Amino acid sequence: MNKKNLPVIVLLAALAIGTLLPLLEKSTQPGFYVEVVLGGLMSGVLYSLVAMGFALIFKASGVFNFAQGAMVLFAALCIARIAEHVPLWAALGATLVIMTAFAWLIERVVLRPLVNQEGIVLFMATLGVAFFLDGFGQTVWGSDIYTIDLGLAKEPMLILENVFAGGILVNRDDLVAAALAALLLLALALFFQKTATGRALRAVADDHQAAQSVGIPLNRIWVIVWAVAGVVAMVAGTVWGAKLGVQFSLQDVALKALPVVILGGLTSVPGAIVGGLIVGLGEKIAEVFLSPILVKTFDLAGGGIENWFAYVLALLFLLVRPEGLFGERHIDRV
Amino acid sequence: MLYRENGQFKSTYRADQQVLPIRQDRWFMAAVLVFAFAVVPFIGTQYTFQAILIPFLIYSLAAIGVNLLVGYCGQISLGSAAFMAVGAYAAYNFAVRVPQLNFLVILVLAGLAAAAVGILFGTPSLRIKGLYLAVATLAAQFFLDWTFARVKWFSNYSPSGAVSTTPVSMFGFTFETPAEKYLFVLSVVVVMTLVAKNLVRSHVGRAWMAIRDMDVAAKVIGIRPVHAKLTAFAVSSFFLGIAGALWGFVHLGSWEPAAFNLSQSLRLLFMVIIGGMGSILGSFFGAAFIWLTPLFLNQVPAALGVQLSTATISHIELMIFGSLIVFFLIAEPHGLARLWAIGKEKLRLWPFPH
Amino acid sequence: MTLQPKTRWLFAAAIASTVAAGGVFAQATAAKEQFFPVISYRTGPYGPNGTPWANGYVDYLKMINARDGGINGVKITFEECEFGYDTARGVECYERLKSKGPTGATVFQPLSTGVTFALTDKAPTDKIPLITSGYGRADSVDGTVFKWNFPLAGTYWTAADILVQHVGKKEGGLDKLKGKKIALVYHDSPYGKEPIALLQERAKMHGFELLLLPVTHPGVEQKSTWLQVRQQRPDYIFLWGWGVMNSTAIKEAVATGYPREKMYGVWWAGAEPDVVPVGEGAKGYNALAFQAGAGQAAVHQDVLKHVYAKGQGTGKQEDIGQVLYNRGMIHAMLAVEGVRQAQKRFGNKPLTGEQVRWGLENLNLDPAALKRLGMEGFIAPLATNCIDHEGSRKARIHQWDGQKWTYTTDFYEADMQIIKPMITNSAKQYATEKKIEVRDCAKEVS
Repeated sequence: MNKKNLPVIVLLAALAIGTLLPLLEKSTQPGFYVEVVLGGLMSGVLYSLVAMGFALIFKASGVFNFAQGAMVLFAALCIARIAEHVPLWAALGATLVIMTAFAWLIERVVLRPLVNQEGIVLFMATLGVAFFLDGFGQTVWGSDIYTIDLGLAKEPMLILENVFAGGILVNRDDLVAAALAALLLLALALFFQKTATGRALRAVADDHQAAQSVGIPLNRIWVIVWAVAGVVAMVAGTVWGAKLGVQFSLQDVALKALPVVILGGLTSVPGAIVGGLIVGLGEKIAEVFLSPILVKTFDLAGGGIENWFAYVLALLFLLVRPEGLFGERHIDRV
Repeated sequence: MLYRENGQFKSTYRADQQVLPIRQDRWFMAAVLVFAFAVVPFIGTQYTFQAILIPFLIYSLAAIGVNLLVGYCGQISLGSAAFMAVGAYAAYNFAVRVPQLNFLVILVLAGLAAAAVGILFGTPSLRIKGLYLAVATLAAQFFLDWTFARVKWFSNYSPSGAVSTTPVSMFGFTFETPAEKYLFVLSVVVVMTLVAKNLVRSHVGRAWMAIRDMDVAAKVIGIRPVHAKLTAFAVSSFFLGIAGALWGFVHLGSWEPAAFNLSQSLRLLFMVIIGGMGSILGSFFGAAFIWLTPLFLNQVPAALGVQLSTATISHIELMIFGSLIVFFLIAEPHGLARLWAIGKEKLRLWPFPH
Repeated sequence: MTLQPKTRWLFAAAIASTVAAGGVFAQATAAKEQFFPVISYRTGPYGPNGTPWANGYVDYLKMINARDGGINGVKITFEECEFGYDTARGVECYERLKSKGPTGATVFQPLSTGVTFALTDKAPTDKIPLITSGYGRADSVDGTVFKWNFPLAGTYWTAADILVQHVGKKEGGLDKLKGKKIALVYHDSPYGKEPIALLQERAKMHGFELLLLPVTHPGVEQKSTWLQVRQQRPDYIFLWGWGVMNSTAIKEAVATGYPREKMYGVWWAGAEPDVVPVGEGAKGYNALAFQAGAGQAAVHQDVLKHVYAKGQGTGKQEDIGQVLYNRGMIHAMLAVEGVRQAQKRFGNKPLTGEQVRWGLENLNLDPAALKRLGMEGFIAPLATNCIDHEGSRKARIHQWDGQKWTYTTDFYEADMQIIKPMITNSAKQYATEKKIEVRDCAKEVS
């Protein structure tokens, strides 16, 4: 066993123990515990959908796209509002066109003039884009709460009633979301491995100059990457919008995807999924089981640990494994 | 023609090391200070003081703090507002629990408290850099947000979670009118700016800049990265803590934990980036730009006679803000301070083109 | 060194905007006008709820101008300021608008408890009254300490008290609440925390367990909260949310299978934007109706005739008569009537904030007055005086049936025997802290 991996393994083990601890406590019903776990994994899937977009763009263009959350919201708004007039599949198609156009615009207006600038400058530029998209989306589509109707029943299903007392509550849209995320991951994996464009993207991600020297058109690749990230944003927007309703504060939740990418590794799409699941699960378990203990011990004015749990978790991971679980290692110690 | 150093010879090292070596610069600075201290209190309206000048000055101080960390030392921080919160709550607790303390002492104590917390949350910078550090500082932001909202001791067990302060009083004199508050804040900011300017010209500042430019090389020549990075966090948080205390006591008067949230942190970062990273003057420019632009954007449609709903104006503000940020980053990545420097260069040659 | 074209443009823009900025902060003055600032939020997570309120408020002011030519001949001018439910921005809006108009701002209605707390310190210095009808500080009912605050027609202690009375009635008596569990799912802000004091008091009195579940702004992430609800299985849930937190809460209640019939929202958690996005799942959800719920009265006909028929309507015509629209109208009416009452003493001219404060302190909206206003049956009669800035403390419960709100109870009245001592204590504490001189109502010349 590589000694360098020891701290990570210790951290992961501590997390696992912490996750299982409530189960050992007699006061927790196993059925409820399973529900919390499922709820956590579900939140995790939602986060990973956004995190995938982050990882994609960072992998291929080295830009940390702060505007991913705004893109998710914008895509959701487009779908919700266009679907008021045409069937859902048409709305999805129209949104796809819009997101591709947006990707092209971003590359032309923001990325090309800023080529070769430091990462922080590009990051701030995406922050500016996020602001712009915010205002633009609300000007065009309005700032009410809109709904995306996937045609699923909202009432939860009760399953495994004979195994656990009272059964376990499962929501249909959660299952659909998980299925969609898995499909997306599969599609992206196939895209990257089997198609020429996917190979070109991987080449660009590896080394910009080398890719250019073999004739891969960098600018077009960036448009494609942002368009694919736009598609991911669309899927995330559909799932989130169907679950939470399409409204402005959707993108605040997208901020949680930052620690997810850090955990999983900024350049790894599967890492985004794993990171999301870990973060979602950890958050919910901490909030439901740890918060009440802390509130009682320290006389706090309420729980709310999940506001910072993901970030502190990311911080701890950064200290033992700065490149994330699946990111590429680089040594830069001073 | 006017702005030349012709005939200005320095005969001592001391004279050569002045902050403003060119005589015209000294006159200009003196004029600005005289105007700010002696003229503005008489010509300013209550609105100008309370809504424009005081917030601008406090934000400039905070921006200087952020600039020291981000611009001079190169450590990205997205948690600056949390350190302002530490300063504000520390000042509040000192003021409430030890009422005999002079407010200046309270300010310094608040700054020190913020510096201590800054060192704590700056420790990850010893192992991580760049964007990863940004996310680590986010942890500071959210954790401190949560702490001030949940740990009742900080807000003195107030049931609503909001804290409120009495007007600042020192040596028996209470700063009640907006003009008095403005003069108080102005004095604090001028003193702190001088401190910051001298700090960045000293060996401490040089160590920071070395770490920012090439940290491996800096270590090789003997600069201690741990020392440099932690002092950067400490001093930056000191400034932010004082700014936070001023923000809470002088500008807001009463606040909830949400007053120092993530959008404040992002706003401070914008000020530094647009104003110019690594420039004290740039902090002032950035603060003015970020603070005045929304006010400006709000008044323009009405002045032009175009009737827009407040919601539309809000959205347009966001759009213009976002595009201005991108525009600035493309056109002048080194910010407004660089534009100012270019202007001064041109002025030295004027009326000749080169 | 020549400048790049981009930098040249930047220079020009910088100079131009500095020059323009100088000339922009001018204010216009005119005579015989009463200026009403309208600080509102039409964007952000609370926009869906703030927009109908602001529409109702502004429509009523427009109607008074169009139908009556103003308040006894004094025309109403108003200006909106967007603050997105952010306390700091709200205070900015206050600073910007407080000196507008020939006599300054008439009255501020911040529609945010956070901003109310901040302005409570500033209003006495600036001499502008605050109407915080249905929100704000519960202890500001005490006019001897809070001279400038007017929580007309209801506070959060009133609301919490009425809810406890109602569930007590449902259980067959307040004593039957012993051993029951009531959860307060609240917005983690001064607004959400305000009822806690009263609920804790009542919990002590009747022996029910109070579960406190805060939800962080903006309230989109409530999964953990509702998992805890599922774990604790409270008998009733009181929802103290605002904006998108409300619809999210009901959605999560659906997802975790909590019966909506056992949920009771405060009057800020019981309007169309809270239930319509949830769809079928919101059926059976109950909420307090602050004075009027949904529906139209005679005053709406006036608004349609004088404002919408002339194309001056602020929002959509189909939306008038909604819960929050009506509330905005009622709030505007209270402000206008305060001015009208003050004019009886000070004359039919533009009045200062101090004069309007007197008017608000001597409001007497009896049934005859309500009929004249076209709000009969819409709002309960209300009368304020120096000690009591609330005026009336009644509310009913309405329920959403999927299409509309219908009343399920009569008017409850809050139990002042419990609330009054709490108000007095809290106000006294505030007065000591802020070194405020408590008024002696008997000595004051009316």
